[in-house]
Amino acid sequence: MTKADALNSPVEPAEWRLPSRGVVAVVCLIVTETALFMIFVVAYLFYIGKSLSGPYASEVLETPVIATICLLSSSLTIILAERAFGRANSGGFRLWWAGTILLGAVFLALTAVEWRRLITGPRLTISANLFGTTFYSLVGLHASHVIVGLTLLTLALILFLLGRVRPEHGERLKLISWYWHFVDAVWVVVFTVVYVIGR
Amino acid sequence: MAAREIALTPRTGTLPAAALRLHDLVVTTDHKKLGLMYVGAGLVFFVVAGLLASVMRLQLAAPNNEVVSPQVFNRLFTMHGTTMVFLVGMPIIAGMMNYLVPLMIGARDMAFPRLNAFGFWMFFFGGLLLYFSYLAAPGITGAGSAPNVGWFAYSPLTARAFSRGHSTDYWTLSLLVSGVGSIASAINVIATAVSLRCKGMTMMRLPLFVWLSIVTSFMILLALSPLSAAQIMLLLDRFLGARFFDTQAGGSAVLWQHFFWIFGHPEVYILIIPAFACLSEIIPVFSRKPIFGYPIMVAAVVMIAFISLGVWAHHMFTIGMPSVGNIFFATSTFLVAVPTGIKIFNWLGTMYGGKLRFEPPMLFCIGFLFQFLIAGLTGVMLGMAPFDWQLHDSYFVVAHFHYTLVGAFLFGIFAGIYYWYPKAVGRLLDRRLGIWHFWLLVIGFHLTFDPQHFAGFLGMPRRIYTYEEGRGWEVYNLISSVGVVAQAAGIMLFVVNLVRSYWKGEPAGEDPWDAWTLEWATTSPPPEYNFETLPVVRSSRPLWDLKHPEDPDWKYE
Amino acid sequence: MPSRVLSYGTRAPAPALLVGAIYAVAPDQVTNIFEPLSTPADSVYRAALLALAVCAAIFVTVIVLLIYAIVRFRCRPGDDASEPPQIYGSNQIELAWTVLPILIVVVLILVAARTIADVEGYPQPPDALKVTAVGRQWWWEFRYPDLGIVTANELHVPVSESGRRQVTFLTLESADVIHSFWVPQLAGKTDLIPNRVNRMWIEPRQAGTYLGNCAEYCGTQHAKMRLRVIAHPPEEFAGWVASQRSPAAEDPQASAGRDLFLSTSCVNCHAVQGTSAKGTFGPDLTHLMSRETLGSGAAPNNPEKLRAWVRNPQAIKEGCLMPAMQLSDQELDQIVAYLLTLK
Repeated sequence: MTKADALNSPVEPAEWRLPSRGVVAVVCLIVTETALFMIFVVAYLFYIGKSLSGPYASEVLETPVIATICLLSSSLTIILAERAFGRANSGGFRLWWAGTILLGAVFLALTAVEWRRLITGPRLTISANLFGTTFYSLVGLHASHVIVGLTLLTLALILFLLGRVRPEHGERLKLISWYWHFVDAVWVVVFTVVYVIGR
Repeated sequence: MAAREIALTPRTGTLPAAALRLHDLVVTTDHKKLGLMYVGAGLVFFVVAGLLASVMRLQLAAPNNEVVSPQVFNRLFTMHGTTMVFLVGMPIIAGMMNYLVPLMIGARDMAFPRLNAFGFWMFFFGGLLLYFSYLAAPGITGAGSAPNVGWFAYSPLTARAFSRGHSTDYWTLSLLVSGVGSIASAINVIATAVSLRCKGMTMMRLPLFVWLSIVTSFMILLALSPLSAAQIMLLLDRFLGARFFDTQAGGSAVLWQHFFWIFGHPEVYILIIPAFACLSEIIPVFSRKPIFGYPIMVAAVVMIAFISLGVWAHHMFTIGMPSVGNIFFATSTFLVAVPTGIKIFNWLGTMYGGKLRFEPPMLFCIGFLFQFLIAGLTGVMLGMAPFDWQLHDSYFVVAHFHYTLVGAFLFGIFAGIYYWYPKAVGRLLDRRLGIWHFWLLVIGFHLTFDPQHFAGFLGMPRRIYTYEEGRGWEVYNLISSVGVVAQAAGIMLFVVNLVRSYWKGEPAGEDPWDAWTLEWATTSPPPEYNFETLPVVRSSRPLWDLKHPEDPDWKYE
Repeated sequence: MPSRVLSYGTRAPAPALLVGAIYAVAPDQVTNIFEPLSTPADSVYRAALLALAVCAAIFVTVIVLLIYAIVRFRCRPGDDASEPPQIYGSNQIELAWTVLPILIVVVLILVAARTIADVEGYPQPPDALKVTAVGRQWWWEFRYPDLGIVTANELHVPVSESGRRQVTFLTLESADVIHSFWVPQLAGKTDLIPNRVNRMWIEPRQAGTYLGNCAEYCGTQHAKMRLRVIAHPPEEFAGWVASQRSPAAEDPQASAGRDLFLSTSCVNCHAVQGTSAKGTFGPDLTHLMSRETLGSGAAPNNPEKLRAWVRNPQAIKEGCLMPAMQLSDQELDQIVAYLLTLK
């Protein structure tokens, strides 16, 4: 009996299914990104009320209702897009996936408008005080992740339009959507910390 | 008994062979080549950082010495510490995990070979960036050179006001870059170990090296990001005028410490657990017995990982935390010693009743056990918060962490290198040189670091470039410096051994140590595809089952 | 070496000080944490001894087992190639060597908690001497707010006697980066952190000079940010206080130097009480010559070193924040002559 034969023992497990490597990798990525965000959230919470001078959160912040609705509904649209993909409905997939990108882009645009108002109006900058520092860094870190997500979504859409995305790529689309859901979940936390607790 | 080799497409090109090989290394995604590149680069940085330390020991050998200026000395200890942790420790463990995990689980490569290459090059360029600071950090104003803020870079010493020029920025950026590489490697190891196991290899049949690699990687995921977050905050402070650590604006200097040590403490477990992993493979083979208490070993390391996330402020007992904080962290620190002790006892239990062979891998394991025991006990002393109020930031702490990092981590890594070099290269390392290396290192290590405990007891603080006479520190510092000679000699013999054995070592064959895990079931070195056919296993020691068909492990597991 | 008597955990001063008399080790240049001469250091010492004893016992036990295993189970030349019994583990043994360490840990936690409470929870008595220590790169500022004294680098305190206890409570602040106050024979160290106020206390029971160091890396001259705590018998301390509170000497012989001092940039950083020099960046010089060292321990305080320091501080303490003032020899002589009068 050669070593190779002996290693290939006759008693093979009946079924040998392991989690997909992509799923494991994205879960790990989400774990590590959560740790990253948590530190910025802790810094934000720690510094609430500790700015030595204004502008202060209660004075200048306006609740980003529309932006939040856009971002959170983009989680819905991406689910619909995935469903459409699963049913081989290209038209539906294109519509909902592009819609997700649009909603995300609107969120970013509204964030930019808000930042412009804060900087030019009450002169809230990252160096103004502890509130400015923690606000721009936390919201900005989240926004940078939205940009990454939009980039992934756009790339996927382009590849789809070029006809390169086949049914077996469904898992990859699912993983992109997981990242997108994570970004949305982080926004729920950021929103609560900044606009609810922090004010 | 060689496995049948499958023919590979030969590489051709118009360039000379050396250039072709170099190009191959630059573009490779093969986990074995990348693993060796990680370890090789780590060993090069090790020699560099060792030279930095030798200059420090020369300066400290006598009181009021003037070998180097205070500015140079402060850069030396910063670069020595930063290099050893991030450019020696992290790549060596990444290299060993990347090399061994696929082989041990019967896979052909890592789950994400290109991500593996990405991680290596991020580490490599991050390392170069750190050393580039010697040349580039002065900038226009001529201020700043290599970083000089200590390897943990406390604020507000790192603020623009107190750290002029760009030296601190090089520290921050180089570690951010190599940190991304570490996270990439960790994701890869977990995905590989979960998703690419060969048939029959359930989680509880994984070699302990693989289990401990998973735990290490999970800790990397949780610990590296806090460091990256803190470093991003520092960059924002230094470049955009943010106020994270600006005490004038109401910011907290202590916040940096919390964030850093939330990374920093798990980091030292990230470094030591792969050394535990080497021991858990080597001691059984050289005791001719399975590891004592496999499930407990897994549970213990998981507990260590879990508890170690909650001990970080034992680095901060002197900052004036409320008493309840001091008591909490002293408690968690004592608690983490319990599963750690269990592991030591289990290794002893493996040796007990066995047939011990004292080849170099086993010698280094025994050195590890002796030194790690002492390191752990001095750690318990430091965990006793009131005792730490005297010992913190003294040479006692320097002695403690060198005991863990050199006496334990480095010895464990050497054990692993002597054990797996034959697999990677196809030739054994010279046994006699290995024994000389071991004893020179033991003598040098103890000469250097044992006296430092006493210097700490006598009130010698750390990170001082000189000291005055009359404090009673002279003799301990002199002995400590003398030890460097023996350590350097030992390391030089090791390097000679590595190089000479590459061409002249005794051919190893597939399984020179009569071992039991899958990496020994293929040629030495393994072919690019690792295994001719992917194995199917029934126990945690598939080669034991093969060699002992009358008494296989799967009857008892 | 006098034998050491261990006294456990009473707060009554008399037995502790009796023990202190038995220690009978005068403070000298060797600052051994196992030769405490102050109450908080005593508490730490007792906890340390317990930790050492426990660790020593564990060490001996495990090493004996390791050596036994190495010797008893080593492969001998005549051994056959058979494999030893393949033992996979034992739950009972695992339980034993889990439970015992946990018990040890419980004891350590209790001792730690008790000592922490003794030291950190000690209430400040109304007659405590209050000192504010401000850490600066790379020297120490000491202020006695109730006594109106500002000095540098040397902390003078009264000794605590058995009949008349006198503790000193320190408020620790920093003007720049993090420092740490460590005088091993008097107490464990506590950090001085900007934008944060820390507190610690000492109770030296023997007169003399206690050496210490800054124990948190704070930049270029962290190594020479040295500490001196001088404990005086009560009458002597009162004398020191009186002399520190007296205004700066006005010696007519040194008027040229004084005028020069007051008209150049010295006054940007230094203060001399009773003159127009009110700089706060550098040490207060009102009673400079009452101090034993220059540059927080970088050099002894004598005329020759003083002259060298004023001429070029960088030669004695490279990187320190006092620049060489490029004085001419004559100006240097005058200024030093003036400074020498500031006793």
